[in-house]
Amino acid sequence: MDNLKVQTNESGHGAPLKKTFKVNGNLLKTYGLVIALLLVCAIFSALSPVFLQPTNLMNILNQVAINSILAIGVTFVILIGGIDLGLGSYVAITGCLAALFAHPNTYPVIVPILLAVLGGVLIGAVNGFFVTKAKLAPFIVTLGMMTIARGGALVVSEGRPISNLSYSFNLIGGGALFGIPIPVIILAAVFIISFIVLKKTKYGRYIYAIGGNEEASRASGIQVNKVILSSYIICGALAGLAGLIQASRITTGQPNVGVGYELDAIAAVVIGGTSLMGGVGTVTGTVLGALIIGVINNGLDLLNVSSYYQQIIKGMIIIGALLIDRKKTK
Amino acid sequence: MEKKAEYILGMKGITKTFPGVNALSNVELKIKPGTVHALMGENGAGKSTLMKILIGMYPEYEGEIFYNGNKVQFKDIKQALDIGISMIHQELTSIEHMTIAENIFLGKEPAFKKVWINEKAMIGKTKELLDRVGLNLDPKTLMKNLSVSEKQMVEIAKAISYDSKVIIMDEPTSAITDREVDQLFTIIHELKKNDVAIIYISHKMDEIFKISDEITVLRDGKYIGTYKTEQLTIDQLVAQMVGRELTDLFPQKKKVLGEEVLRVKGLKKANAYRDISFHVRSGEIVGIAGLMGAGRTEVVNSIFGLESYDEGEIEFKGKQVKIKSPADAINLGISLVSEDRKRFGLVLPLSVRENMTLPNLHLISGFSQLVSKRKEKNIVNEMIQELSIKTPTGEQLVKNLSGGNQQKIVIAKSLLRDPDVIILDEPTRGIDIGAKSEIYHLISELAEAGKAVIVVSSELPEILGLSDRILVLHEGRLTGELSKEEADQEKIMRLAVGG
Ligand SMILES: Nc1ncnc2c1ncn2[C@@H]1O[C@H](COP(=O)(O)OP(=O)(O)OP(=O)(O)O)[C@@H](O)[C@H]1O
Ligand SMILES: [Mg+2]
Repeated sequence: MDNLKVQTNESGHGAPLKKTFKVNGNLLKTYGLVIALLLVCAIFSALSPVFLQPTNLMNILNQVAINSILAIGVTFVILIGGIDLGLGSYVAITGCLAALFAHPNTYPVIVPILLAVLGGVLIGAVNGFFVTKAKLAPFIVTLGMMTIARGGALVVSEGRPISNLSYSFNLIGGGALFGIPIPVIILAAVFIISFIVLKKTKYGRYIYAIGGNEEASRASGIQVNKVILSSYIICGALAGLAGLIQASRITTGQPNVGVGYELDAIAAVVIGGTSLMGGVGTVTGTVLGALIIGVINNGLDLLNVSSYYQQIIKGMIIIGALLIDRKKTK
Repeated sequence: MEKKAEYILGMKGITKTFPGVNALSNVELKIKPGTVHALMGENGAGKSTLMKILIGMYPEYEGEIFYNGNKVQFKDIKQALDIGISMIHQELTSIEHMTIAENIFLGKEPAFKKVWINEKAMIGKTKELLDRVGLNLDPKTLMKNLSVSEKQMVEIAKAISYDSKVIIMDEPTSAITDREVDQLFTIIHELKKNDVAIIYISHKMDEIFKISDEITVLRDGKYIGTYKTEQLTIDQLVAQMVGRELTDLFPQKKKVLGEEVLRVKGLKKANAYRDISFHVRSGEIVGIAGLMGAGRTEVVNSIFGLESYDEGEIEFKGKQVKIKSPADAINLGISLVSEDRKRFGLVLPLSVRENMTLPNLHLISGFSQLVSKRKEKNIVNEMIQELSIKTPTGEQLVKNLSGGNQQKIVIAKSLLRDPDVIILDEPTRGIDIGAKSEIYHLISELAEAGKAVIVVSSELPEILGLSDRILVLHEGRLTGELSKEEADQEKIMRLAVGG
């Protein structure tokens, strides 16, 4: 049987074209976000004389710190192809947990800090376990965890705010170092570490790989389940950190705090250009996304726009940002 | 334990069942170092399953595996890769948003202190590997920007990058060009010299006889035998595979041509094709030949509304029509069996039944718009029989079918619509010789039933055996048209390279 095929190679053909396209889509996206951020800043500084004042700018950074930390955490989970809907409740329960051990003259401040973070780790581990071992959909698992954690927050706090916290504990959310609010410093550290992990380590590479094609990653010998589990743990730990900052900032463990935080965090991730399908995105984008949301919130406050309208405007901006992003990448 | 085993690899008494399917029963396989061992069998015979067991993808099975004389049992793929077995998977497994280098070194990135990726070393090594497989591409090119054949060559580069002692190649040539096949064979010869054993799976007989030293045949999940290639003829091999004698691959029937059904006039799309004019009559099979990248797929995709065109006209049954989307084409009565079944043809996590009837629900839902389960089951079962699709029931998920059987589902899907024009783009890619013959007969029956058929194919015997008329494309232009009588391989080739 003669199976001569009519094919000679045409590869290479079209290659130069490909190269110009390739010029790092991520970079292009990041520039777009920076421009968008500068644009909203320009608009608000034209509309309000207060906006550009250093205290206001620092205020914005301080405001976005919690959302940014949450958003960085959930970026890991989204990159790997999952989702976490429970962030707001994790903030509440870890904050309450920390507050319980933060009364003056009881435990050293490291105890509430560790408890908040470890609480987040535990929550993330449970999520990750059900996603990888029981093969449940992350959407459902974390939706369940959202109400479990909220209920847990009410249980540990007995439904009441936990106040009378030590001075050193309250410094975490309210203090400053060389004029920079401590939450901003924590955010910077979290950002830098996440950036390096995702960009430079094998572990980070596997997160992208699994989000891009789980089967292919498995076929390449990657221990897919372990990596997925760890991404939920990272997300939980950062939520614990955010819960700690939150409790310290309002100097209370508040079981009802954080409602809707997950949506702001996911919005920041998506505005930042991370695909909800997984495999594509950066933490730089996420932080820029959180900053854009923060600047808009702050600007509208300065302009005395009613909070009703603020919500409507924010929603429109999220959809608008995605539209622009779609156009750009097409 | 021997010092140096005669066989680098042995599989004994391998049995594997999936719910409702006996994929393998008591299969054996013995591979000598430095040889190419072909694994042959029809679609669904269990070849890929056996290899997935070997590479550790299915850690649960009955039987024993020996590597270098020692019994091994892999819990996951990593263990198999580490010990020295790698695999080119039948279905492409690249990560589209990552670069070539990242894909090749996925899971084994050169790194400082096991953590920090050494980008530079990775790029350098990738460059070497790409040279070895004859790809002149930047290692930093994203996978999604590569053609199917380039991706396949990257998979090959990846498989050899493990420096394994056993390399499994599951249909490595189903999507690559002749020149690349030659390149692959050169690589295989080099590997053999280094004592590497290759397990080679392909439905292309000529390749098997060119490259393999030994052949193991599976049929219906059972071990049939192992033979020296030189002691076997093609006919004997085929008989072992299908368990019966296969008479004429191509049907020989006299056909009656009817009215013209489809006419394309001066079709043009920038950077793809131009000046494309041809027609198809009812009862006629028109073959479109050409090199990969000649624009054949783009032309038929445009006719089907999957891609746009810039200029030109399409006439359907004498009337000028505008086809803007596949829905337009389907409503007119044109259907397409796409070459890329993953992208356009199948919803993998759905069942055979759901896939087949997805675009055809109007056939089985009456005025009430409710789907009649009974009718649906009936037509699905008819199709399963007619195309001899190997599946336990219509409820099996498509992703669990063997590659060849998936292709049959795509064909079934478009046949159900009972179209007037049916376009088949590489209809037998990855299909075994028995099923090929069935599909050829089917195509010819369609034409006999008065349908106009267009077949795009890279396999010349297929084009020659099926078509009443052959169009040849070269770099987006029609360079010739040959009748069945005047066409031969040489003439087609000459037109295909532009001469
Ligand atoms: N994950 C699975 N679940 C259920 N059935 C499966 C699964 N994988 C394979 N099968 C079935 O096992 C049988 C053997 O399939 P396999 O993919 O090994 O065939 P193959 O010889 O590689 O065929 P092809 O030449 O078409 O690639 C088929 O009947 C297939 O439907
Ligand atoms: Mg197979």
